[in-house]
Amino acid sequence: MTQSVVVQVGQCGNQIGCCFWDLALREHAAVNQKGIYDEAISSFFRNVDTRVVGDGGSISKGKICSLKARAVLIDMEEGVVNEILQGPLRDVFDSKQLITDISGSGNNWAVGHKVFGHLYQEQILEKLRKSAEHCDCLQCFFVIHSMGGGTGSGLGTFLLKVLEDEFPEVYRFVTSIYPSGEDDVITSPYNSILAMKELNEHADCVLPVDNQSLFDIISKIDLMVNSGKLGTTVKPKSLVTSSAGAFKKRQEKPFDAMNNIVANLLLNLTSSARFEGSLNMDLNEISMNLVPFPQLHYLVSSLTPLYTLADVNIPPRRLDQMFSDAFSKDHQLIQADPKHSLYLACALMVRGNVQISDLRRNIERLKPSLQFVSWNQEGWKTSLCSVPPVGHCHSLLALANNTCVKPTFMDLRERFTRLYKKKAHLHHYLQIEGMEESCFSEALSSLSALIQEYSQLDATKSMPVEDLPRLSVAV
Amino acid sequence: MSIVTVQLGQCGNQIGFEVFDALFSDSHCTQGLCSKRENEAYRSSCKERFFNEEENGVPIARAVLVDMEPKVINQTLSKAVQSSRWKYGQRSCFCQKQGSGNNWAYGYSVHGPRHEESVMNLIQKEVEKCDSLGGFFIIMSMAGGTGSGLGTFITQNLQDQYSSSLKMNHIIWPYGTGEVIVQNYNSILTLSHLYRSSDALLVHENDAVHKICAKLMNIKQISFNNINQVIAHQLGSVFQPTYSEEGSFHYRRNPLGIDWQVQPPLSRLPTLGKRSLSEQLRFNTSIANLVVLRGKDVHSADVAGFKDPALYTSWLGPDNAFNVWKTQRAFSKYEKSAALVSNSQFLVKPLDMIVSKAWNMFASKAYIHQYTKFGIEEEDFLDSFTLLEQVVASYCNL
Repeated sequence: MTQSVVVQVGQCGNQIGCCFWDLALREHAAVNQKGIYDEAISSFFRNVDTRVVGDGGSISKGKICSLKARAVLIDMEEGVVNEILQGPLRDVFDSKQLITDISGSGNNWAVGHKVFGHLYQEQILEKLRKSAEHCDCLQCFFVIHSMGGGTGSGLGTFLLKVLEDEFPEVYRFVTSIYPSGEDDVITSPYNSILAMKELNEHADCVLPVDNQSLFDIISKIDLMVNSGKLGTTVKPKSLVTSSAGAFKKRQEKPFDAMNNIVANLLLNLTSSARFEGSLNMDLNEISMNLVPFPQLHYLVSSLTPLYTLADVNIPPRRLDQMFSDAFSKDHQLIQADPKHSLYLACALMVRGNVQISDLRRNIERLKPSLQFVSWNQEGWKTSLCSVPPVGHCHSLLALANNTCVKPTFMDLRERFTRLYKKKAHLHHYLQIEGMEESCFSEALSSLSALIQEYSQLDATKSMPVEDLPRLSVAV
Repeated sequence: MSIVTVQLGQCGNQIGFEVFDALFSDSHCTQGLCSKRENEAYRSSCKERFFNEEENGVPIARAVLVDMEPKVINQTLSKAVQSSRWKYGQRSCFCQKQGSGNNWAYGYSVHGPRHEESVMNLIQKEVEKCDSLGGFFIIMSMAGGTGSGLGTFITQNLQDQYSSSLKMNHIIWPYGTGEVIVQNYNSILTLSHLYRSSDALLVHENDAVHKICAKLMNIKQISFNNINQVIAHQLGSVFQPTYSEEGSFHYRRNPLGIDWQVQPPLSRLPTLGKRSLSEQLRFNTSIANLVVLRGKDVHSADVAGFKDPALYTSWLGPDNAFNVWKTQRAFSKYEKSAALVSNSQFLVKPLDMIVSKAWNMFASKAYIHQYTKFGIEEEDFLDSFTLLEQVVASYCNL
């Protein structure tokens, strides 16, 4: 069994990270009734004897003593991290695994990347090495950050290069929160495009998420919950947006519901690697199957169900509905419509009491309405994990490598160009040592090249699929 | 006469468990429909073939379990222990922490050499426990990374180290619509390499077995357990001891010893032009067929239908190409059961399909970087394609 380390950077990254750790603990508590530290828990948590001072406290087997998250928390402001350390999860984090500063990055990618990158490089390396040492077999770094700000965007992407150089064999999965259209940070297009170049070059896999989509999903759920329709009582704990038991408790902060969706994404992504099932899917298989060419590594994700209705007997029809929903544009975590774009590859990660025949029936049913690229007409990767998420009988995470990411990138490029043409706010960036106009033009051309690749693939969409002439051999 | 089984990867280990379970259940079945003496001979032959005796009487499967990540092996071991009728050897497993990532190149070029010594040692230990080694039975899937890549590497090693022993690879042919996106690449690399080092490839197609579960057995929600149990049943009906009058031990016939490798005599091959695939496959031509009959009235069973010369090639008639093994002792409580093992054009279409899809993908160079990263180059792919095209053509020209 392998381990993964979560690196949460910036305000957004740390808030999502916090939700993730909360959900992970709940999930493992629900599955692991006996309190034994097993391999599933060890993928994200260390077992530590807190009475031992210093490093000697790690326990590898036996009863759970004290769980410590395999995490590194980085923020250039203290507010969010301090709140985490004073909140209910304070014992889960190792105080030595934090890097904070006071002044913040001022929503400036250059400050995050160049200034703080340089300043904290040694410390970052040290904390990462430490977390790697605690792992028996480290397989993956999960980086969580936002693209629009300064720390998550700048320092978060600086980290990627460090990870690539220092741990070349370890996968880098990045969960990036893209700025929505009505983002209140004016310079978010600059920050995002500068960050995109780094993601293009140094990430193995990127899971883009945007706030607008998360917000839409929440609105949909609220509508459902408050509609009072007959038979629509929602099972407690089953909301993909809630961390606490009953959804009626409105103590949650505004972003909590949205962050929980992303946290669930990460949990479901790793479920088949942590828990048993009849068709396992490890994290290295995600990259192998979904990334046909190194630069096309952006995966659109969708989670279903968003909630579970309280009736106990769920007939196969409902199960099939879960599969249909996964492909609807309302369930995607970015503004995208995969059904009307071109699929390069698609992964279906199912949890719970779902068997291979259910999976196959639904693939057969949905295939005709989806368009796959000519050289990957049956581009499906599937996995079956026996353990369902808390509060559900089954769930589905769909990961699509699909040209429907293109509009998000094009939109970003347009907002960037609008600012850049007027040279608005540029001086904030150029005054940072190491920043020149070429950084901007290089970032822009990197994004344009990526968009071009997607466009070329799109152009093949309506062409008839022909079998290529085969090798002719002498018998 | 003993057979050593090597179970590789998730698929290999999940199926392997079902196979040993089916073999054990059948051998201990009381409704053998034959005399007590026959039943005893059958049971002891089965035991010698597949199990080792342990001190406290619990038989241990003659198997080596290999996987590059621990979850499945742990599950398999505990399932066997829970049944408390038989188990796997505690030290018969080889496990690593991080899997092969569905990457044939990783299984073959990285895991293979790295763990060669450990795995071959485990196999050697198992071989040493056999009084007389009948051969190896290697269970693997083609679609993933460990079964396919590491399985191929191990088979090559077995060829080198035990060149006089028979090796049969049990290959699981993946569903046509994806379990794994790169399954076609993994499949062609596996098949082309195994062609050079294995004695026989016994194939089970997931699609075909799935149909059996759906149409013949009417199972509503088919799980991999169902599929694996059908496969295990079919394997059991071929591999359980069969009665033969030769020699004093009547149940010693080696199921691996079926002479499948047939070379058509070159001078007798008619010259054919290029025929299209669909034209040639109207009638399934067999190189050789084996029918295994078990149960009641087995000696009066009429197998004349299998001897029709129209079923066979012009250069190997039914007298040599058709074999039948008849055993009175019933299998798995079925009053009468029959199994057919066939070397025929049956698999040409699926093989052609896989080669075609892999070729289309290869032309676009998709996913190739994942393989070249670990030393499998484009030439290796081309070699595989060439070899498999030759296989398809050879079978078509029957």
